[in-house]
Amino acid sequence: MKNYDLTEQSILKLPADTEIVVETKDLQVFYGTNHAMHDASLQFPRYSITALIGASGSGKSTYLRSINRMNDGIARVEGQIMYRDLNLNSKDVDVYQMRRRIGMVFQRPNPFAKSIYENIAFPLREMGIKNKQEIRATVEKSLKQAALWDEVKDDLKRSALSLSGGQQQRLCIARALAMSPDILLLDEPASALDPISSAKLELTLQELKKDYTIIIVTHSMQQASRLSDYTAFFHMGHVIEFDRTQKIFTNPTTRITEDYISGNFG
Amino acid sequence: MDQIKNELTHKSKASKQDVRGRTIAFICIAVIMLVVLSILFMITSRGLSTFIQDKVPVSDFFTKTVWNPSAVDANGHYLVGALPMIVGSFSVTILAALLATPFAIATAVFMTEISPKRGQRILQPVIELLVGIPSVVYGFIGLTVVVPLTRQLFGGTGFGILSGTFVLFVMVLPTITSMYIDSLKSVPRFYREASLALGATRWQTISRVVIRASVPGLLTAIVFGMARAFGEALAVQMVIGNAALLPHNLLSPASTLTSVLTTGIGNTVMGTLPNNALWTLALILLVMSLLFNLLTRYIGRKGGLK
Repeated sequence: MKNYDLTEQSILKLPADTEIVVETKDLQVFYGTNHAMHDASLQFPRYSITALIGASGSGKSTYLRSINRMNDGIARVEGQIMYRDLNLNSKDVDVYQMRRRIGMVFQRPNPFAKSIYENIAFPLREMGIKNKQEIRATVEKSLKQAALWDEVKDDLKRSALSLSGGQQQRLCIARALAMSPDILLLDEPASALDPISSAKLELTLQELKKDYTIIIVTHSMQQASRLSDYTAFFHMGHVIEFDRTQKIFTNPTTRITEDYISGNFG
Repeated sequence: MDQIKNELTHKSKASKQDVRGRTIAFICIAVIMLVVLSILFMITSRGLSTFIQDKVPVSDFFTKTVWNPSAVDANGHYLVGALPMIVGSFSVTILAALLATPFAIATAVFMTEISPKRGQRILQPVIELLVGIPSVVYGFIGLTVVVPLTRQLFGGTGFGILSGTFVLFVMVLPTITSMYIDSLKSVPRFYREASLALGATRWQTISRVVIRASVPGLLTAIVFGMARAFGEALAVQMVIGNAALLPHNLLSPASTLTSVLTTGIGNTVMGTLPNNALWTLALILLVMSLLFNLLTRYIGRKGGLK
């Protein structure tokens, strides 16, 4: 492995008029004594897709999971996560309310062992929505947004586990959308999918960008370059480079990023 | 060349070992099968001879309420009505399972979801210890503590279904708990993540997702606990009163299939009706344990995630 200077950073300064939805300031994550994330400061513009790339163990998933505090109880997180002038990383924040605004989709499709309809309706009912019509409408709307509606509309009573992996993943996206979030966090959503399902998923995300801010962790650099507007490159628990995707993939600033993208790494 | 040919066409040492190992395994299995089959045959043939040899009507055996196999009634029929024992066995079993289930759920959820570390360190050994205590000790404790306590609190002699239920409750609790813990642990982690990421609270996640997903495991655990309670002889016998009468409430002395077996087995002569009648009770126990077994398999097959 080549020795890189991890302090060499290049973080794009976004124009002052950019609307920032969520921003981390000097985010640190510790697993026990292991310092897994160092001083991560990133800004995520509204209605954009930001890809987090990097090798395994670079901390990109750790970073993503910290944003909606899924690391609570697993790791210690320090620093600020600013969302609408509110620091999410504080005791006053109700994590349960917050996670509805910042939805998450995981690497492995994780629908509940219920019907397609119930997968979305059940969390809505748990939230306290009693009106059946409203639930039905939300289910339909979310499935349409996730581009799954046409494939499943004839049989919503079918078990969600009978869907293909790609459909399951889009169902999970629909389920997250039903909570009407601002932000969608996706943790390698396509890594368990075949290329066709994965392409469909990307199309769905492109559509969703119009209404949501998306942060996606991906292993596939092609996916990052096709899909995202901004890209952040992580290495060994450091954010090395953040820039417009086009810039990063054509003319990266730091040597590490250049080596990683050209496959000349390690 | 001949040497290689020779080596390839003759059995090597390794392949002989293979054959030998397989033979030993087959012999062991055959022995076990033989033992199981002979037990089944013995109990079935003896148990059925009450009906075949002594011509006791099957319906009488299961519906009559007087159990006195060494005597006959005015019409010359044998007095072998097993209903009191069947009722006794089922009531202690079901009551103990009903009582133990909420405690088992609470304990298991605490140990796996709420405080896994403390659960592992403190509760796990306690539960293992409870499983390991011999049933005669439970019976002894029941006799000296539970029976007098029942007598004081509810009146009567203290011997009866209620005392039997309490003793069995303590005995099946660890069985149900430890089996349910395994089932909770096998609920995939991504279920919890899926629920939490949707903004569900920890309690919602536990009650609506984790416990929900583990229902088949819970049912299996309860059935196992019931099987244990149904087959328990000594401890129950010591506290239930051993009166082969149809119990009219929870406090009246009663008996179970197993308690009648243990008290009666030394006092009968092989081949006579009193002895055959006991074999019939044993047959009922055997059939019940078979049913419990089938039930757990059925739950396991039906309840899997689809």
